[in-house]
Amino acid sequence: MELEAAISMKESIKSILKTEKLVYEYKQLDEEGNVEGVNRAIDEVDLDVQKGDFVAILGHNGSGKSTLAKHMNAMLFPTGGTVWVDGMDTGKEEHVWEVRQRAGMVFQNPDNQIIGQVVEEDVGFGAENLGVPTEEIWERVEESLRAVGMYEFRKHSPNHLSGGQKQRVSIAGVLAMHPMCIVLDEPTAMLDPRGRKEVIRAARGLNDVEGITVILITHYMDEIIHADKVYVMDQGKIAMQGTPREIFSQVDKLQSLRLDLPQVTLLAHELKKQGLDLPDGILTVDELVEALGL
Amino acid sequence: MSIKLERINYIYGQGTEMVVHALKDIHIEIKDGEFVGLIGHTGSGKSTLVQHLNGLIKPTEGHIYFDGQDIYAEGYDMKKHRSNVGLVFQYPEHQLFEVDVLSDVCFGPKNLGLKKDEAEAQAKEALALVGMGEQYYKRSPFDLSGGQKRRVAIAGVLAMKPKMLILDEPTAGLDPQGRKEILELISGLRERAGITIVLVSHSMEDVAEYVDRVIVMNKGAVAYDGAPKEVFSHLEELEEMGLAAPEVSYIVHKLREKGLEVETDAITMEEAAKDILAALEARRKGNL
Amino acid sequence: MIRDITIGQYYQTDSVIHRLDPRVKLAGTIIYIVTLFLVGNIWGYLLATLGLAAVIKLSKVPLGYILRGMKAIGFLLGITVVFNMFLTPGTPIFSFWIFTLTWEGIRTALFMGWRLILLIISASLMTLTTTPNQLTDGMEKALKPLNKLGVPVHEIAMMMSISLRFIPILLEETDKIMKAQIARGADFESGNIIEKAKAMVPLLVPLFISAFRRANDLAMAMESRCYRGGEGRTKMKPLIYKKADKLAYLYLLGFAVITVFVGRL
Repeated sequence: MELEAAISMKESIKSILKTEKLVYEYKQLDEEGNVEGVNRAIDEVDLDVQKGDFVAILGHNGSGKSTLAKHMNAMLFPTGGTVWVDGMDTGKEEHVWEVRQRAGMVFQNPDNQIIGQVVEEDVGFGAENLGVPTEEIWERVEESLRAVGMYEFRKHSPNHLSGGQKQRVSIAGVLAMHPMCIVLDEPTAMLDPRGRKEVIRAARGLNDVEGITVILITHYMDEIIHADKVYVMDQGKIAMQGTPREIFSQVDKLQSLRLDLPQVTLLAHELKKQGLDLPDGILTVDELVEALGL
Repeated sequence: MSIKLERINYIYGQGTEMVVHALKDIHIEIKDGEFVGLIGHTGSGKSTLVQHLNGLIKPTEGHIYFDGQDIYAEGYDMKKHRSNVGLVFQYPEHQLFEVDVLSDVCFGPKNLGLKKDEAEAQAKEALALVGMGEQYYKRSPFDLSGGQKRRVAIAGVLAMKPKMLILDEPTAGLDPQGRKEILELISGLRERAGITIVLVSHSMEDVAEYVDRVIVMNKGAVAYDGAPKEVFSHLEELEEMGLAAPEVSYIVHKLREKGLEVETDAITMEEAAKDILAALEARRKGNL
Repeated sequence: MIRDITIGQYYQTDSVIHRLDPRVKLAGTIIYIVTLFLVGNIWGYLLATLGLAAVIKLSKVPLGYILRGMKAIGFLLGITVVFNMFLTPGTPIFSFWIFTLTWEGIRTALFMGWRLILLIISASLMTLTTTPNQLTDGMEKALKPLNKLGVPVHEIAMMMSISLRFIPILLEETDKIMKAQIARGADFESGNIIEKAKAMVPLLVPLFISAFRRANDLAMAMESRCYRGGEGRTKMKPLIYKKADKLAYLYLLGFAVITVFVGRL
């Protein structure tokens, strides 16, 4: 009996986002507008993200990770293969708006995605578009702003906020649309260290507390050590996948993919090379302390 | 060549409710051939400070001397000064405007009154210094990658033959490999072209490896000024300023806290590895 | 330097006038201006001035603050008054060359100046007490009937409010670009008009490119948040007439009727 229950439990954990042999090609035009060649930005990518997961997608600039992100909420459509968000094929026109509501997206530039002139108005923007009744919008705005710790700034003008605060407002704006999953497309690339910490903390909070699926696209390694699963992209393909530990244990491969590693991982790797007996993929200082037997 | 700031104060918004004391009693001297890292959190005043160095902002109080001459003295050639002290801003998108790379880099030398062929010669030299070969001369600067745009932007200032080069967050928004390439390039400039360099950054890791002096700004004042090792030993204070020392500093401190007799002044990974191995060795011998 | 320009200035405080529905304020300003053009004697002007004074008092905006904004149009006002004084035909007082000062001229000039001042104060009072956002909201709702004629009212209002949001950002960016080019020896100040215009190219090209990129990003961000025009959209802050608004309309109408009646006796 218990076994059966466990099995049905497992089946009910649905995949929220799935891609199968996803391909995206775009034509390169020369100055007269003739087709010069075809670029394949995404090359047969298979992804499967489970509800409630925190998934990180890594890759250097130009690896195709942002193009992939834009497929997740129907901003771009596959030229080959399929993307499903909550079971809906994003390529079908009738699904576009539902897909965008279910998979919200936060972009890189904090200035270019805030529409409102007051924080609370911006957070309400998405909910307004969905036709949510006025009173409920106010409830959602309050909840969302509290979830990212920006409630006290609700009457402020976004122009006077720091980069990290602006990004948290954008996250709240997505949250107020009650999505199942949030895609963060390099949300910290333009922020300073303090802003980066704020945003990552907010994203982790959504995942831990609200149970929202988070897909974080980044090239900062230290932001992903808590992820449930990591995909590394290179030249439009998935080059590596696994838990952060599995990924970080392959130091040489990561470096060949133009990616950095957390300093502690590198240090452990270096010590190991010098003959110390250490496990692969050390992610935190505490792990190193333990491994050194201190 | 040296640049000297004497008791610089900068206050703006006077007469309104929002008076901001952006720089407080800044007193620093940067000498010929130095490679200085200027570090601070957003709003610490570091960007305001570098704009003072090349005369874009006039201090409310205090003097700036370049080679012993007050740059705000009557008749001082400010245009010449700006070519001597080159400033590259954070976003290359803010300065690239010409149809091709070569013309864009020529903009600076032409403004200095150079003839077309002289300007082009200096531009080509500058492009060579940043590793942008001939194949890029006729490319549109807007079609380049982020790292390449930055190189062209740096060349645009180098083409004016500055004695000192200030770079405001030159690695922002680049991926790890791109960051490394730009930093290598900058540190190479000092060696190859003998230029004094001031690197503005909020990333300690970036700075630790390359510079020989770190100036930390906090709330408009100089908090620390010294060799990287010395500055990064103030772990907790830096933390309070919203800055972090290089991660290896934390690691060696933590290990020492846990009882390993390791030196705590390492700032690069290689140093730390060496120190840790030495400490472990000493410990093993001690146990025997 | 360039940031000193203030556009659509709004005086932040809490008053009866601030809380009024923007449509009331829009309609009120229009009715008031029409009234001004209908009155023809000093009693009418006095009543109109009194009415405006009462609204200023209620709005809690300091009179000095309003008058400071008038400085800019002082020159225009002066010219209007002088022209009317000398160019109105009637009983001459004295004349030189082709100019003749007449009693009628003085009368017209005084009324004209008075009218202009009231007109500008009333219009600026509207922007002083209404945020740009409320103003666009009010216009959108008030102009809704035009939708039937094919005028994209919602889209125009959305464009206005987005422009207002991006003005400070673009001004700051202009400042940065100017500095970046000055650091490369650019000179935006000296030279004749043609040289100055040429000097603007290194400023305008990066600015336009950036503005287009921002517009592109913003469009994407709006679409990803399910924006698809005004249809089916609800409002977080819908405009609903409250009791105070209805009362305000009544006062306004009463005031206009009485003023016009008195003013045309």
